[in-house]
Amino acid sequence: MLYREAGDFKTSYAADGQTFPIAFDRRRYQAVLVLAFGVVPFLVNDYWANAVLVPFLIYAIAAIGLNILTGYCGQVSLGTGGFMAVGAYACYKLMTAFPEVSVLLHILLAGTVTALVGMLFGIPSLRIKGFYLAVATLAAQFFLVWLFNKVPWFYNHSASGQISAPERSVLGLAVTGAATAPWAKYLVCLAFAVGLAWIARNLTRGSLGRQWMAIRDMDIAAEIIGVNPLRAKLTAFAISSFYVGVAGALMFAVYLGAVEVGEAFGVNKAFLVLFMIIIGGLGSIFGSFAGAAFLVLLPVLLKNLLVDGLGWSTALAAHVELMIVGALIVFFLVVEPHGLAQLWRLAKEKLRLWPFPH
Amino acid sequence: MTNTRLALSAAFAALLAAGPAMAELVIPNLSYRTGPYAPGGIPYADGFNDYFTLLNERDGGIGGERVRTIECETAYNTEKGVECYEATKGEGSLVYNPLSTGITYQLIPRATADGIPLYTPGYGRTSAANGKVFEWVFNYPANYWDAASVAIRYLLDENGGSLAGKRIALVYHNSAYGKEPIRTLQELATKHGYEFVEIAVDHPGQEQKSQWLQIRQQRPDYVLMWGWGVMNAVAIQEAANIRYPMENFIGVWWSGSENDVLPAGDGANGYKSLAMHGSGMDYPVYAALKQHVYDKGLASGDGDQIGSVLYSRGMYAALVIAEAIRKAQAIAGTAQITPAQMRDGLEQLEITEARMAELGLPDFGQSFAASCADHGGPGMGRIQQWDAAARRWNLITPFIAPDMDVLGPLIEADSMAFATENKIALRCQ
Amino acid sequence: MPDQILFALEVTLNGLMAGVLYSLVALGFVLIFKASGIFNFAQGVMALFAALTLVGFQTGQVPFAHLVNVLFGTHVEHFGWTMPTLAAIAATMAVMVVMALLVERLVLKGLINQAPIILFMATIGLAYFLEGFGDIMWGADIKRLEVGLPQGLSETIDAATFAWFGYGFFIDRLDIVAALVAAALVVSLTLFSQYTRHGRALRAVADDHQAALSVGISLRAIWVLVWSIAGFVALVAGVMWGTKLGVQFSLSLIALKALPVLMLGGFTSIPGAIIGGLIVGVGEKLFEFAVGPLVGGATENWFAYMLALVFLLFRPQGLFGERIIERV
Repeated sequence: MLYREAGDFKTSYAADGQTFPIAFDRRRYQAVLVLAFGVVPFLVNDYWANAVLVPFLIYAIAAIGLNILTGYCGQVSLGTGGFMAVGAYACYKLMTAFPEVSVLLHILLAGTVTALVGMLFGIPSLRIKGFYLAVATLAAQFFLVWLFNKVPWFYNHSASGQISAPERSVLGLAVTGAATAPWAKYLVCLAFAVGLAWIARNLTRGSLGRQWMAIRDMDIAAEIIGVNPLRAKLTAFAISSFYVGVAGALMFAVYLGAVEVGEAFGVNKAFLVLFMIIIGGLGSIFGSFAGAAFLVLLPVLLKNLLVDGLGWSTALAAHVELMIVGALIVFFLVVEPHGLAQLWRLAKEKLRLWPFPH
Repeated sequence: MTNTRLALSAAFAALLAAGPAMAELVIPNLSYRTGPYAPGGIPYADGFNDYFTLLNERDGGIGGERVRTIECETAYNTEKGVECYEATKGEGSLVYNPLSTGITYQLIPRATADGIPLYTPGYGRTSAANGKVFEWVFNYPANYWDAASVAIRYLLDENGGSLAGKRIALVYHNSAYGKEPIRTLQELATKHGYEFVEIAVDHPGQEQKSQWLQIRQQRPDYVLMWGWGVMNAVAIQEAANIRYPMENFIGVWWSGSENDVLPAGDGANGYKSLAMHGSGMDYPVYAALKQHVYDKGLASGDGDQIGSVLYSRGMYAALVIAEAIRKAQAIAGTAQITPAQMRDGLEQLEITEARMAELGLPDFGQSFAASCADHGGPGMGRIQQWDAAARRWNLITPFIAPDMDVLGPLIEADSMAFATENKIALRCQ
Repeated sequence: MPDQILFALEVTLNGLMAGVLYSLVALGFVLIFKASGIFNFAQGVMALFAALTLVGFQTGQVPFAHLVNVLFGTHVEHFGWTMPTLAAIAATMAVMVVMALLVERLVLKGLINQAPIILFMATIGLAYFLEGFGDIMWGADIKRLEVGLPQGLSETIDAATFAWFGYGFFIDRLDIVAALVAAALVVSLTLFSQYTRHGRALRAVADDHQAALSVGISLRAIWVLVWSIAGFVALVAGVMWGTKLGVQFSLSLIALKALPVLMLGGFTSIPGAIIGGLIVGVGEKLFEFAVGPLVGGATENWFAYMLALVFLLFRPQGLFGERIIERV
């Protein structure tokens, strides 16, 4: 009854074209923001921040990034782990080289560096398509990880090749390092996630986003109607990599604090983020959040349920967990191949007509 | 999304609140029984659990307090390691032993900030041996750099005190763990005049043909190995394939378990590895374990790992922790100790041969005494050799001491760099 | 001949052999991709699962011992018998056929006509499931696989090359067996698809689903057939790699070694998988030999992909892939 266009009068083009045309949606969105910024920081403890919320937000950023490339522009990439590593190492080098500059700036700069690297590895996409491109991006994945492992300059010649985030603060409050309060970690990640999601949403609604989607749907046809494939594909790679780089920098500096490239940014990460966007929904910003939530929360929830709740041995629980995650992925795909976002969309459609569906 | 989150939070809160009250000694066991390193993680976790079960069943715990081990699966993954740490630290955990160098690096700043000790025997951050900088981290009785030095010492003994003109190759896991010994071996190369060759193997290491062809062609006099997981087994298999003399092939203690040599069958005969403790069932403690744990059906896991090298290592780690708890209880004068008191216990721990014999493990590990400045122990190691026919490891040397003239300055330099970087004031002055 | 050239020759030969082992894994991918357009990510896990099952049958392990013990408080581990190798292989094959049936029934049936990436995703879900299932069924500890394959230095080749060049080449006997098996596999697959009724049906489906359907070929039956064959190829790969590594989780990661082979050879060509494997094997071994020491080694993982990338820039469909024709 609340979810209606009726009575919600638009008096300008801007109002007509807004992201949430339905008043209830708008208010719900605002309520989520108020809750996320105003309430959660007061409730969050170490466990919630470090094990659930911070990884969720960081993976959501990475998923938005990959969704721009794969969901909107149609270029499947398995190089996400490598690009996250670029972000993390760029952030580390910047943090140690310019300790006086704000770490937030470093994180954005790390994203920019990643964007440049991403563009470089995006060039082959002009010729290689589909699964061949996916496998080709694995070249970036493996090469970048190898590079960061091999060249001591990247890890400041430390004995083991680990990089550790030094303590940095914003406005006098620690945001990296061990002394960081859980709510500070959470707020930093939340601010980045919300800001970047907002930009992504508007980019994909604009002319650039339409070019990407034209390329995705059929690149030759897009070229004929005047979309420049070079420009569209490379901007998609650049912007996508920027997001992924920021996610990598946050993961290193705020979430983990110490990182070993092969372990933290290996090929598994690339697959994980890809799962997120497919389960969440290709070509949907909400889907990126939903997919990240699904794959971050589900294992934690299952673990708590099986080990603490039912008292199973950890080994058995871990194996059952793998089976359940696998089965759920298949189940979701069979039920709704377009992901959680499509389920959400359908639910909203139903809600609009409820309670009189005819 | 909000709704899911709320529902989840309710579910979590219910689950977290279900934990029992804190009237016991809580020891988390961050183990891995899945993933690529599971064959190494399973026996270690079993040994760790079984020893505490023994103390509970036989002695009613330590100092009258029962020990509760909370097992948490990390799959050798740092993110899951963080989740495990955060999930267990609220339960009053006394000490963490994550069995992963990556997770250790991860936990050092966190545990330091939270005031919970980390105990990383034979792995982790080597320079944490310097207690002046690392107040909360302990890695006695031995660490990676000790291991490298012990191996070279052993080779020196074999060669009449000189390695000049010899060529020694290091086959290493291309990760933080595998790179640890390189600097030590380079320093020792300048001191003893051997030629040092590094050969990297990428995770997971199922294909090592090029590396072993390189060894076959360059013919190093000795090969050292820093491997973990499937890499060990493949390396030993390939060494057997190219007919590399097995007695010249020495692995670190993480490359010297039954899992590593059994797949190669008879080919592995004569392979050597470092050992920081004995293995096998010839210790009196197993009689007690059999009576109080195995026969009652309380053995951790499948109970098929008993007596193996990694099982023994897990048990050894549990034993050291248990002794440190005893010490802490004696110092604090209370049985229910806090993590801070646990740290004092770890710092003043002394383990003698007589005590080890009393615990049912004579001639098993080295005696050592920790102090405020020394969190690393004497760092001695023995050499064990695999007998493929009898399917057992034989210890072939007594404990060999590392070369502290070389290691001391390295540890000092690395820990001081950490202290300056993190603005840590030195203790124990 | 100077040493370096001999060494390079030895490395090349070993690269060819390693390439064959990669091809064995790649073959399974190609079979399924050809017949159903699915990029089957689970192929590596299938190899692991097949090898686990084989060892389990051979040594008479009780399946699901873990779960049974937890649920019923029992202590069963072994049946107390061992199975002869051939019987175990047959039993494993039966399990793989059942798996193919279930995959078709539970996964593929619901996903007819979906985009390739969705199908790809489904196979990833399948990979997760099989990994957990295999662990629960047989346990996660390392197992030794013995089916009587020879291993180690081949004396004959060592002696012969020593007589010719004064330097004995190292060739692993297991690799020679693998090469023979791969050759036999390719020949029999080719014969099967050329000369049998089902083989022809399979090719028809690979060519055009709609047309195949319209002449009365059952797509679903063909899919079961293809997944069974892929299961068989996985079993062969699992036996070869399992003999080498011991049967454990890392076995499933060999799939990553097969991907560049596929890119090079093309996703749709069986000879492509073999030739691609050989090129990748030789390329990465020679690069590691020649350039590796200069840059610190461990180049093999990325070199194969870089090599494939360079090839693709010139032939975007791989060496033997079907030409991609684009129409608006």
